[in-house]
Amino acid sequence: MCGIVGLHLKNPGLQPRLGELLTQMLEAMTTRGPDSAGIAVYADRDPAPAGNEAGPGPGQPGQHSQPGQELRYSLRSDETIDWDLLAKRIAAETGRDLRVEPLGSDSAVFVSSAAETSFLAAVRRAAPQVTVPGFGRSMVVVKDVGAPAAICARYGIPGWGGYQGIGHTRMATESAVTTAHSHPFAPAADLALVHNGSFSNYATVRGRLARQGIRCDTDNDSEVAARLVAARMAEGADLADGLRTVLKEMDGFFTLLVTTRTQFAVIRDSFACKPAVIAETPDYVAMASEYHALAGLPGITGARVFEPMPEEIHVWSR
Amino acid sequence: MEPVILSCAELSTREINAALAALPDGASARVLEPRGRHNLAVGLSNRVRIDIEGNAGYFIGGLGDGPDVVVHGFTGWSVGENLQAGSVRVEGNASECAGASSRGGTIVIEGDASSRAGISLKGGTILVGGNVGHMSGFMAQAGVMLIGGDAGDALGDSLYEAVIYVAGKIASLGSDARIEELTESDVRAVKALAELGGASFGHVQPENVTRVASARGLYNFDALKDQKY
Repeated sequence: MCGIVGLHLKNPGLQPRLGELLTQMLEAMTTRGPDSAGIAVYADRDPAPAGNEAGPGPGQPGQHSQPGQELRYSLRSDETIDWDLLAKRIAAETGRDLRVEPLGSDSAVFVSSAAETSFLAAVRRAAPQVTVPGFGRSMVVVKDVGAPAAICARYGIPGWGGYQGIGHTRMATESAVTTAHSHPFAPAADLALVHNGSFSNYATVRGRLARQGIRCDTDNDSEVAARLVAARMAEGADLADGLRTVLKEMDGFFTLLVTTRTQFAVIRDSFACKPAVIAETPDYVAMASEYHALAGLPGITGARVFEPMPEEIHVWSR
Repeated sequence: MEPVILSCAELSTREINAALAALPDGASARVLEPRGRHNLAVGLSNRVRIDIEGNAGYFIGGLGDGPDVVVHGFTGWSVGENLQAGSVRVEGNASECAGASSRGGTIVIEGDASSRAGISLKGGTILVGGNVGHMSGFMAQAGVMLIGGDAGDALGDSLYEAVIYVAGKIASLGSDARIEELTESDVRAVKALAELGGASFGHVQPENVTRVASARGLYNFDALKDQKY
């Protein structure tokens, strides 16, 4: 099955509660797939005013920050890593200062103003066992094998603030249960995708992407959709057009929730084979596979609750 | 007799369903704070009245063989699935597969139902005050549906003996479904169904509905024939 959830806040007053609400939503979806889980959280990373306790999640930008130029790389390793040592090597290789924000023992966020390609190449050279679940100006991604409650608790996600976030809890059908095969898939800066369903022609599309020089990290079907959206957006498509490409080129069952730094979008396949419920209030847009993930949100009784129609693309922007 | 009060905030689904199953015929119960809970009032065979006081999840009232269940809110997928007897009434909208495979009893959706409403219907009655989504009535074998609003694409695809009445527009018919002439007995049947549905069906004009039934082209499988699935 798989469960997906997402929260796009319109009211900045709710931002300190983003992680708490997202965790509660994701935990409610555990029964749809308890084998692995992940989240992507977006927060404004510009320096917060002094004394602001509603921090933007892991790590405040430090004194070296040059807002708009730095990218935050979510790193992860199943082997023990000396993150500070790795940071020094990558800083030396890229010729750019690098800041480390610890994130549990197996993960870290590296903040660097190096060019994206040079940073990612430096990680591959210095520590091939380290993966990069996601990167961007605003987005941090964590994912792991296990149940959502344990994963969210380990990374302290209930304490994270932010303006939008998505989550996924997985019941694997198309590929192995590993951290790398877990969602979200975030192949481009600030782009994250979670998927409930299964694609059937993903090997064909993956081959087509490979011929364009786009490689997947895993043999997962959902990663192909994420790479396809990223590829179209790199060519200049907006998010809705990127999602239209999935409808056109990919066969299968899907409800997709896809986010960028400014947008939050939902699409369902032509038969609406997989569930999706959206609740909108003046304070937020929330999406989940099932309503009971939304039932605990503040103001839900006054929300407009609806199910997207097949092939409809719903996009919200901040 | 005062209704028994059961709260989803305090009880598991199994505890609630066990308590409902233990009620004597003629008793009633109120299920509070459902908050989207699945599988409430499932598999009951007693003649009881159950009010679910809010929005509920999947399979509400499924497999029922006697009880009358009313949901004061909306429901998720497959409300009243496999109903045998009794009724399930949803005051709001229902998600996909409402009344799937139901063999008897009555399912009333006062709002809209989503896609695949009445899929594989086997003899039950499904009344939808509003619209239904695509592929409603798919492979319905027996029973009747009344749709007070519009029907989505591929209505009644591969129908067998079930009949679908639509008061509004039909986006498209599915394979082997056809529109048939309305007879006097149809008008009488629709009038009775609208009365059974209640106020949400007050706008239905029995003499102006569209009757959809099987064209029987796919009725028997013939591997050698040019099939049009």
